Amino acid sequence: MKGRLRRAEEDARLKERIEAVTAIAREMGLDFFPMRYHIIPADVMLAIGASGMPTRFSHWQFGKAFYRMKLHYDLGLSKIYELVINSDPCEAFLYEGNSLLQNTVIVAHVLAHSDFFKNNVYFSRTNRRMVDSMAASAERIRRYEIAYGERRVEAFLDAALSIQEHIDPYGTARETGFWWEDADAFYDAAVDGSDRRIEGSDRQGEAGSAEAPARGGGRVGGGDPPGKKRRWGLFADLWALDERLSGNDGKRSGAGGAEAEPPARRRFPPEPEKDVLLFILRYSTALEPWQRDILTIVHDEMRYFWPQLETKLMNEGWATYWHRKIMQALPLSPEEAIEFARMHAEIVKPYPGGINPYLLGWKMFETIEAKSGREGMFEARELDNDVSFIRNHLTEEVVRELDLFVYGRKDDVWQVETTDWTAVREALIRQRIGGGFPLIVVADGDFERRGELLLRHVHDGPELDVRSIEQTLPHVHRLWGRPVHLETVLEGRTVRFSYDGIRHDRTALA
Amino acid sequence: MDEGLVFREDWSLHPKGHLDRRRHDARVREAIRERLPDLLHDESFFLSDGKAIVRIPVRTLEEARFRFDEGKHRHVGQGAGGTRPGDVVGRAADGATPDGGPGEAPGVDYIEAEVTLEAVEEVLFSELTLPNLRPKAPEAVSSDGERFSDLRKKGAWANLDKRRTVFQALKRTRLRAALAGPEKGGGVGAERGRVALRLTDEDLRFRAYAPAPHEEGRAVVFAMMDTSGSMGTYEKEMARTFFFWMTRFLKTRFERVDRVYIAHHAEAKVVDEETFFRKGESGGTVVSSAYALALRLIAAEYPPERYNLYAIHFTDGDNLPQDNAEASRLLKALIERTNLTGYAEVTHYAKRRTLYDEFLPLASPAFRLVRLQDKSDLYGALRHFFSERTA
Repeated sequence: MKGRLRRAEEDARLKERIEAVTAIAREMGLDFFPMRYHIIPADVMLAIGASGMPTRFSHWQFGKAFYRMKLHYDLGLSKIYELVINSDPCEAFLYEGNSLLQNTVIVAHVLAHSDFFKNNVYFSRTNRRMVDSMAASAERIRRYEIAYGERRVEAFLDAALSIQEHIDPYGTARETGFWWEDADAFYDAAVDGSDRRIEGSDRQGEAGSAEAPARGGGRVGGGDPPGKKRRWGLFADLWALDERLSGNDGKRSGAGGAEAEPPARRRFPPEPEKDVLLFILRYSTALEPWQRDILTIVHDEMRYFWPQLETKLMNEGWATYWHRKIMQALPLSPEEAIEFARMHAEIVKPYPGGINPYLLGWKMFETIEAKSGREGMFEARELDNDVSFIRNHLTEEVVRELDLFVYGRKDDVWQVETTDWTAVREALIRQRIGGGFPLIVVADGDFERRGELLLRHVHDGPELDVRSIEQTLPHVHRLWGRPVHLETVLEGRTVRFSYDGIRHDRTALA
Repeated sequence: MDEGLVFREDWSLHPKGHLDRRRHDARVREAIRERLPDLLHDESFFLSDGKAIVRIPVRTLEEARFRFDEGKHRHVGQGAGGTRPGDVVGRAADGATPDGGPGEAPGVDYIEAEVTLEAVEEVLFSELTLPNLRPKAPEAVSSDGERFSDLRKKGAWANLDKRRTVFQALKRTRLRAALAGPEKGGGVGAERGRVALRLTDEDLRFRAYAPAPHEEGRAVVFAMMDTSGSMGTYEKEMARTFFFWMTRFLKTRFERVDRVYIAHHAEAKVVDEETFFRKGESGGTVVSSAYALALRLIAAEYPPERYNLYAIHFTDGDNLPQDNAEASRLLKALIERTNLTGYAEVTHYAKRRTLYDEFLPLASPAFRLVRLQDKSDLYGALRHFFSERTA
């Protein structure tokens, strides 16, 4: 039996270690939040890991994640070494079966995470009291369940979660409204044309992925003649008008002006809107107040988690680099030194068929250190996310050392396509852009003037899974309450998927 | 300086994980319910003695999301050194990627859940009931169980219920504090303050046990089957599947379930399970022979006053026409003596006149008939036989 005395003794030794590790970390320049360590059983660890937060609302999807993680855990395939919450004070969780040495490594590791949360610019606006916020949200959802029925609330959560990735993670529209809802801002933009948003819509997106241009004044699906320069943005209608007046409009040639185009209608939204969830929250006519509340909860929680999705590689690399440095500076017995070496090797073990972010991130930070010292490392930690980190710091040497390659499906096998390091870099960036999720925008919130919702997948290479579209559209329909459409490109052709509440439809557009 | 606080709290009551899992499990049960007709005749269940796990696609367990088509995606992997273009990384089965990384590519587990025999039983049996239960003679009632039934203030120390005793003490002391009035530091809210807990004799609570009689003691299943040439392998498999689930169901309701296998063609005999399901015989069919044998066994060994009797007959419905009247007569006697008599006819030509039509006028809560065309009808048959329906 594990006596209380022995436990107290263990805790005392752990506290000693925590103090030693923390002192070293601070001396090395890490700047973290005050820490709170919780010692918890494996099941609780998995449950928290499954939903991302101990206080989050309950949902079957977290139960499913739990079972998958538990299976891996039971089979010895994976072990959650660390679980740390981006909050101030920072909550970290230690598995109660850990040895003292394991806990020491994890403390060193999570201190670096805490430093990252505190200093990386993408985290600067995250809610540091999210533990409490989520608890309050969970309580509200629980009350909705009592009031409206568990099944109904769950079905609505399913719908909300189905588009949770399609938000503008760093936008402020949740608090201030969409910029174009504000008459003054809209007027200013129209008058001097200097609104950053408008320029923003013109710019090429990251890694060459162009933000979808709204078709210049054309009706959706109308398409422009090939080779003709397209215009988009706020003045699209004006440009189109201009061209019409000067007789440049391809559509009218030959018609002799007999059939006038219908008057250009107000575009809604005036530009493709990236925050699909927020757009629905604000403009759906089908939502009850409690349903709007749930959408705001999902929106808030996704905004909170988003920086973590976008900095996974860096964050783990940073923590791995520092736990190693700190452990090397800590006086360890030979047995413990061996145990540490073993544990570290386990953490950075390559994943079959994938990328171990602990390993790759760590190697990249070492490269930066070799090139520009600790200063360079701290700068990257502050300013980069995974995409810019890879673009700026992935080197040919690292790709060679880790034997990274690009592979794809060929018939019924997965085959290596290339080992060229720039190709590896591009493929990695592509995987990490937008957190790895497809970019989907609201193209028209009043499609065909029937109050229908037209979404557009901003296609920049990888295609969408058709089944996933047909699975998700009914959920969007549940949120919007009117027919919904999604345009994407499949094998070079633009295809519009529609769902009207009863049946699916598919139209080839071009 | 205090560098980080360490908390060791009791997380055993933390509801988070349990609730998430409960909701997930509810979805799996729903999926099982939807697919019961197919699941029931999944051979893995009874070929492996019920230990098998069957994987079923569970639509409702897929998180709907707009996803990339992984098959058309380029992935990045890591080799052990010296990787070259053209090397094969893995086989592309079921659209899964070889990514093993946590939370990476969607694998097959997005659409399948593992279903155990217990899970199927739980769902299936919750839909079945035992019709026409009748009280049996007292000697058939076994009473080997004891159940914790009551709390008393006096009892043997070995039966002390510590938790409830402490709870009682808490209740008493807190209540006293709250009622004490402000001058003594009491009053409203005082019950939340610190109050010394003292156990007194009046707090003691002892568990009392009472014998827990099982209402229903023993059940006997008379499994009767036509083994004449016209019953093929497929028909026998159906009977086997039916009896498998029926027996398992009865076992959850009775302490002991005996099975008597009666195979018949022109004459009937008691056989073992293996022979019953495997062996085919040729010859004509005289159904009354099976009923007569069952009745003889009931008279000799299984008096209805003491046993719950279930007689189920699987046949293709062909009978020697001259035997029909005798079969009906014996069937009526069988119905009188059993809790339930069931007649299951496996036929592919529903229009032909068979024994089913002969017996149909006898239908009652105690005698139920069903016609099966293929395996997916088994679920309906089970529900038809084991429900409180009156016809």
